[in-house]
Amino acid sequence: MAGYSPLTDSDREAMLGALGLDSVDQLFETVPEQVRLDRPLDLAPGAPENEVFDRMSELASRNRDPEADPCFLGAGMYDHYVPAIVDAITSRSEFLTPYTPYQPEVSQGGLQVMFEFQTAMSELTGLPVSNAGLYEGASAAAAAAYMAIGATGRHRLIVSRGLHPHAREALATHAVGFGCEIEEVGLAGGLTDPDDLARALDDETAVVFLQNPNFLGSVEDLAGLSEVAHARGALVAASVDPVTLGILESPGKCGVDIAFGEGQALGNRLDFGGPSFAFFCAGEEHLRRMPGRIAGETTDVDGRRGFVLALQTREQHIRREKATSNICTSQALNALAGMIHLAWLGKQGLVELGALLARRTAFARDQISAIEGFEPLHDAPVVREFAVRSTAVPVEMLRVGGDQAGRPLAVYPLARDLPEFGDSFLVAITEQRSIDDIHWLVDSLRESASGARPSFNGNRIGTTDAEPRKAA
Amino acid sequence: MTEGSEVVPGTTPETALETPQQADRARTIFEKSVPGRRAARLAEAGIEERPLDELIPADLLRDEPPGLPEVSEPEIVRHYNRLSRRNFDLDTGFYPLGSCTMKYNPRLNERVAALPSFSRLHPATNPEDAQGALELMFLLQEALSEICGLPHVSLQPSAGSQGELAGLLLTRAWQADKGRNPTKVLTPDTAHGTNPASVAMAGYEAVKVATNPSGGVDLDDLRSKLDGDVACLMLTNPNTLGLFDPNISEIAGLVHDEGGLLYYDGANLNAIMGLARPGDMGFDIVHVNLHKSFSQPHGGGGPGAGPIAVSETVEPFLPRPQVVRRPGSAGVPEFDLDFDRPKSIGRMRGFQGNFGVFVRSFAYILSLGGDGLREASEGAVLNANYLRKRLSEGRAGRYLPIGFDQPCMHEFVLSGGPMKKELGLKTLDLAKRILDFGFHPPTVYFPQLVEEALMIEPVETESRETLDSFADAIEQILEEAERDPEIAMGAPYTTPVRRLDEVGATRNPVLREAA
Repeated sequence: MAGYSPLTDSDREAMLGALGLDSVDQLFETVPEQVRLDRPLDLAPGAPENEVFDRMSELASRNRDPEADPCFLGAGMYDHYVPAIVDAITSRSEFLTPYTPYQPEVSQGGLQVMFEFQTAMSELTGLPVSNAGLYEGASAAAAAAYMAIGATGRHRLIVSRGLHPHAREALATHAVGFGCEIEEVGLAGGLTDPDDLARALDDETAVVFLQNPNFLGSVEDLAGLSEVAHARGALVAASVDPVTLGILESPGKCGVDIAFGEGQALGNRLDFGGPSFAFFCAGEEHLRRMPGRIAGETTDVDGRRGFVLALQTREQHIRREKATSNICTSQALNALAGMIHLAWLGKQGLVELGALLARRTAFARDQISAIEGFEPLHDAPVVREFAVRSTAVPVEMLRVGGDQAGRPLAVYPLARDLPEFGDSFLVAITEQRSIDDIHWLVDSLRESASGARPSFNGNRIGTTDAEPRKAA
Repeated sequence: MTEGSEVVPGTTPETALETPQQADRARTIFEKSVPGRRAARLAEAGIEERPLDELIPADLLRDEPPGLPEVSEPEIVRHYNRLSRRNFDLDTGFYPLGSCTMKYNPRLNERVAALPSFSRLHPATNPEDAQGALELMFLLQEALSEICGLPHVSLQPSAGSQGELAGLLLTRAWQADKGRNPTKVLTPDTAHGTNPASVAMAGYEAVKVATNPSGGVDLDDLRSKLDGDVACLMLTNPNTLGLFDPNISEIAGLVHDEGGLLYYDGANLNAIMGLARPGDMGFDIVHVNLHKSFSQPHGGGGPGAGPIAVSETVEPFLPRPQVVRRPGSAGVPEFDLDFDRPKSIGRMRGFQGNFGVFVRSFAYILSLGGDGLREASEGAVLNANYLRKRLSEGRAGRYLPIGFDQPCMHEFVLSGGPMKKELGLKTLDLAKRILDFGFHPPTVYFPQLVEEALMIEPVETESRETLDSFADAIEQILEEAERDPEIAMGAPYTTPVRRLDEVGATRNPVLREAA
């Protein structure tokens, strides 16, 4: 196999000749015999492109067909439509293949995208300082904790049980290294319990973690909860869903100190969980403690406007163990996809999208609540996702068309993450879930609850036969 | 025509041509906004349009929409296409950025990653509906295990630095399980900056180990710093000087004797695939940068992925969930996510990791196969040594001597010290002048122990002609500098902007478009 290398045998010979060597093996003489691999790697031999394509297609074919039946899975990642221009732009070599913009003179495109992304995220969150992106939502919570510990000198974290369970677990993993304790605050009626929060707070609390809408889909009173936290001198970090920020009050205006979140819903596909990006915004006072890359505006020697990586003295390559974070990626390509999607939606579109989701979500919640055997887990307001309790059948019995031999319904069971709601599941709505799709879900739930009906033959049930799946 | 030849050497500020694009003041998408313009057209709700404040209390709703741009779709496409032309990229030119492994990104990998049954697969899909994805992850784990020489792999970490942090948290858990609580982690003075930053985030104290005259770990210094309070030693091998440390087995023995673990930073794995394995060298934990050795595009600063491979005794602590293969039986999916890992350090991040990156890297491994990976490493090392040889001749040899004069692995480090002294040219000036010749400069000022360092990694996907033209360009720049160093000091001239005021950008930060 060529392995994408242009070197021919005669190239090798000539190059070895220039080095005064006979064989490539001689280049590895500094590698001691006892650590050299004395056999070929136990991997299949290389394959031609068409065969690799076939093998990968075969693996793909053993996953759920995204066109097969509607997906109501959410829990932090959502099946939104990705506009065609996102693919057209992000597949350009000039965005796809460079490294981090260490040479700004030849990286103005990427740096300006970062600057625009920061502007957009500041607008969404209502906080003045944004970085250029972090890995993804759950680990961004750990980055927020590290920053808050540095800013307050305190070592206790309080976490709402409404925070995404993956973020809670990532915080717990990282807290071992940060040397801090975590206390959890419970939910009441689907919302973070403000009295429990007040009880948990003390003068050692660095930061309170909230999520909006929270993991159960409920819209929290961020302003009220922030007030409770601030009364004890704690910061507030809120994980927010960017798609809802066209209609929900900005976290900055609610008094949140650090707003971060999973960015997948903006311009990125599900990809079985990644790659995506996180955004991370805070107040001016935290500027020099921000994690990750930040682009800043400047001028060149001729006075032309340009962009550079700013505030690099925070970062690991300069500050080493005193750095504000070890993170050195901004998920630039994923953040670019997010920026393009936001520009495509625009000022009106993001508001319209939020309203569309809120209306369809309310509709779906009403419809499902009307079925025998299902009820809303709570009555709190929701935007794009809600929790349902299944009182007649276990959640794992919810199947497409109610057929017990059929495929699992694509809804999110809460049992693993929140065992106290083991009989409940989440339903997420995107603009790709039509009213017909919602009726289809209602039918499948009804059939599942009323006992297995083995008549499902692969066609859709109810009113949805004519609805083609849209490609994202 | 070689890559450098289209640029006229000696271009000066007076003769530089400014394209209309360059003259255009950079305008952001926000500045192009015109009220009322739009691109997206959304569906109607399809149901009664109830007022929002009937659904959500008004005090939780926003009064003013966020200030996003109002632009049409053609304007968006033109805007970002024009921005793209202000980037240098790997598909356009040689990118010998040391420690970054800028190898060709096969387009096949992009095609297969975009298959809808991968790209639209929700991460919470029931495992029985995601068997292809889980099998792919399982097979990638096995392949990385074989390449690293360690029996277990977690794909979860999002990038190399998160892999490092995961590895250090694994170290902490492993030590605690033995009833120990050491406080220090050793890193060589040549280490990448993420190493000490990760050490601090894992709650350890970073202690530097000196480098010996041949570029390896100074064994005496290591012995003097090793005691029961050392949790682990983090190394790259080959190290950041591009040199393989021949004492690695002895180093591993010393660390293990004191109860420490040995951590391998896989940034330089591209030198040794199929030739030597970190596990066989005595390393206990390895992270692999899929965006380096395994061809995931760098994307202008992400995404990547940083899987970790570990030894048998570290395995119980791996992040969860772990992809496992179960004995086939009715009703049990063959490939599954195992959450039942009581000793696990827990999650580093959400869901299962950067699956889209796994798809690309697995396609790359299938394409090359075991032999192809070995040939790739051999090619990378041959190219590096050939370019090292070319740059040891002529003016480069005089002004840019190699930091440690011995055969290198996949990269090498030159010192711009003599150039600075004799020609008054700093490494930064040389780097900026290289831009005018159509190349991306090497990594500069790293590692810090080499004066005015230039770290060059030519990778196996570059041709001999490209290496020759790069060496010729360096010679030409140095020859030019002998005559007139001012030219390089004012470089670059042919780029969309010229040297930028980075100090000013940090002193008076402007981080977003004014409203």
